[in-house]
Amino acid sequence: MSDSAAMSARMPLVPVLETLRRVRRDDEIVIPTMGSAREWMKLGPPHARDFILVPSAMGHGTSIGLALARPDLRVIVCSGDGSLLMNLGSLASIVAATVPNLVVLVFDNGVYEVTGQQPTAGAGEARTSGRPADLAAIARACGFESVHRFADASDWGARAREVLDAGGPTFVSLEVEAVAGGVAPNSPGPAPARAEQFMAALRR
Amino acid sequence: MFSGEQIASLFTDVGVTHVITVPDSTIGRWEPAIRASSRLRLVRVCREGEAWQVAAGLHLGGATPIVMIQCTGLFESGDALRNVIHDWKIPVFSIIGYRSYLDQAKLPGDTCLVFTEPILDAWKIDYRLITSPAELDVIRDHFTDCRSTKRAGAALIGE
Repeated sequence: MSDSAAMSARMPLVPVLETLRRVRRDDEIVIPTMGSAREWMKLGPPHARDFILVPSAMGHGTSIGLALARPDLRVIVCSGDGSLLMNLGSLASIVAATVPNLVVLVFDNGVYEVTGQQPTAGAGEARTSGRPADLAAIARACGFESVHRFADASDWGARAREVLDAGGPTFVSLEVEAVAGGVAPNSPGPAPARAEQFMAALRR
Repeated sequence: MFSGEQIASLFTDVGVTHVITVPDSTIGRWEPAIRASSRLRLVRVCREGEAWQVAAGLHLGGATPIVMIQCTGLFESGDALRNVIHDWKIPVFSIIGYRSYLDQAKLPGDTCLVFTEPILDAWKIDYRLITSPAELDVIRDHFTDCRSTKRAGAALIGE
């Protein structure tokens, strides 16, 4: 596991997403969810292979299915620590599914950002010990072999492509700051029509 | 009710590619035959809500998934199936084990009998209740009809 910086430091979210937009290849599927979806949509027009998962019950499951159906394509899901904590079992499911083309990016800000920044149960602030849940260690314990943690935006910027290209499934914990006033993202359009458009984009 | 071989054969006949499952004591016994099929991929998930989302991703990627869970898992997974079937209109078909429908001696008073069908109705899932081994073709016909009309559906298997 690479561990590029101390966990106490946090990166602004937007530069981290800008790096992903910069290094993302045209054939790669990107699934932004929750706060990352909100900021992702502000950064420019959507790519045909973006799947903005709004509204969403959980992003990891959808990404597992896509990675299984399209082993020829890399699938990058942008999750949050709150979402992951609701679905920790998905990490075991990912390893069991044997999907080397799946990359899980967890934007770990320690809070449920879109509901008003309440600490998650995994946040240090919510715990007597003050120690946050170590999501990267959990991923590794579930069987992920490619596990990375970044808390420095320039380091992430320099190594993002290398990390995405590593044999997966890959888990990346990105220690980011919560966005002040960050609300739930608006859907960019009716969900069924977007699903059809996305499926058409995958067939091209 | 059915052998694993019957179920695996049915799934391959109708074009299923992936079976996403959390087992129960009935449908779990079908696993070896499903795993033995070269045309089916068994996908194990940790809870039933996850199964609907995995199926959604498979559908988006061009595969033909089926969700195979018990009714207790159906209860657990309501929000996920609502999101997949109703928000995104992704027509996932499911096989749902109906605990205590045929055998009410094992768990007397099991409230699965009270809630399973009303919950399927509440989630607007078009289902067929399967209570005898002679009804394998009911599943086949319902799956085929749902697929051709791009609707979600379910087969509720009495247990």
